[in-house]
Amino acid sequence: MALLQTTNLTANYGDFQALFGVDIALNEAETVAIIGANGAGKTTLMRSIAGVLRNTPEAVSFDGRPIGTTPADEIMAQGVAMVPEGRKLFPSLSVEENLLIGTYGRKTSGHWNLTTIYELFPILGERRNNPGTALSGGQQQMVAIGRALMSNPRVLLCDEISLGLAPVVIKDIYKAVPKIKEAGASLIVVEQDIAQAMAVADRVYCMMEGRVTLSGTPDSLSRDDIHKAYFGAGH
Amino acid sequence: MIWIDTVIQGVLLGGLYALFASGLSLVFGIMRLVNLAHGDLIVMGAYLILVLVTLLGLSPFVAVLIAMPMMFAVGWLLQKFLLNRTLGDDILPPLLVTFGLSIALQNALLEGFSADSQRLPTNALTTASVDVGPITLGVMPLLTFGSAVLVIVALNQLFYRTELGRAFRATSDDATTASLMGIKPGNIFATATGIALVIVTIAALYLGLRANFDPNIGPARLIYAFEAVIIGGLGSLWGTLLGGIIIGVAQTVGAAINPEWQILAGHVAFLAVLLIRPRGLFPRVND
Repeated sequence: MALLQTTNLTANYGDFQALFGVDIALNEAETVAIIGANGAGKTTLMRSIAGVLRNTPEAVSFDGRPIGTTPADEIMAQGVAMVPEGRKLFPSLSVEENLLIGTYGRKTSGHWNLTTIYELFPILGERRNNPGTALSGGQQQMVAIGRALMSNPRVLLCDEISLGLAPVVIKDIYKAVPKIKEAGASLIVVEQDIAQAMAVADRVYCMMEGRVTLSGTPDSLSRDDIHKAYFGAGH
Repeated sequence: MIWIDTVIQGVLLGGLYALFASGLSLVFGIMRLVNLAHGDLIVMGAYLILVLVTLLGLSPFVAVLIAMPMMFAVGWLLQKFLLNRTLGDDILPPLLVTFGLSIALQNALLEGFSADSQRLPTNALTTASVDVGPITLGVMPLLTFGSAVLVIVALNQLFYRTELGRAFRATSDDATTASLMGIKPGNIFATATGIALVIVTIAALYLGLRANFDPNIGPARLIYAFEAVIIGGLGSLWGTLLGGIIIGVAQTVGAAINPEWQILAGHVAFLAVLLIRPRGLFPRVND
């Protein structure tokens, strides 16, 4: 049984339907990448899993329990943490306070705490008293990842963690992914950068216009298949 | 020497206005809710203390300790089951609902206690004074000011030294992202309003000990509270104390010049600060 699963998941913003019957699964100790162009529905999928957007109960399940109508704070408490798109640090909190707030709803002992986060991203230790939003984009992303890890989640949802960052910074951030996995979390990584996603994922789902158009292991998917699934057959 | 005395009395009066305003500032700072019933809740607190004093024969200073948790519960329930439903992108619903609540409270108090003015029983302490050099200071104004400073120090400690304070600030910044941290914004808002009503109860104690009160004086207390909050900068607690002091000093100086100018001078000082610093003296950076 999958650790986390969506079944026929749909989502709407008013009259606009953003997701059409999306089925994905994440197994224990697995990294799954969701790739797709802008507007494919990746972030909506993440927000639906995290409980920001409500659904039908059975549309999302975690550890065998339906969580489609569970509020975001309770889903987090069950062990699903999210690194939101755009980092969304709290401007009135320092770097360290931003990290500490990550444990508010779930205080479980595990690998991740302030010390291990500062080992993972040493620059954050040096800037611990700075306002979170005073850091560079890459450092802010490190805070956002660290904040989500502080609750020692079983599932980490990473939404576009490379967005707007320089390639060298992206490389630094992605270096953390194997360490996060090693510490026991399963990951769903939403990415527009196909190469980056393929490098870290055990399995990949490609989305287009609110639907899953392709899935498989990185080795089993040809460049041509991905191109078609990503941009559509007409491209 | 009279002028120094006048200014000092104004500063101490500012403590009372800061107490009126701190709860308003707290609630606005966390959830951008302008509570038009704030003044009436202060009056309600004063009546609650009066009832406890009358029924149980307690000193007002003991009665306030019983009233505080009761008012916390009132604030928590009010926010959780009524005011949270009004929060959103539109600022009109909370204004309309709290305006309605203000009228309902005034009428309920009028029905329950009549329009007769009341006062909390005073004792030797409330009329005592101390000499500081050539200036004589009332113990009550000193207690009021000291309580205001203590309340603001305590709120600052709560905000910047506790997990709940971090949750307050995070929810104020971004309630949706805060929920991804396991925070329940609705409960955080309810707790903030509960704390605001605890402060309201302290303000009510000094209101009832220093002057008469009746069910209709709430809106005027709201105006003073508003002016102190806006002078200080919306959401700034130390700014709120300074705002209270500015209004208090303006009122006592105005009254020293001409007794008819007391209230007017406070409002003029408020307008003067707004002209120079439209966002108040210490506006929040991320507002």
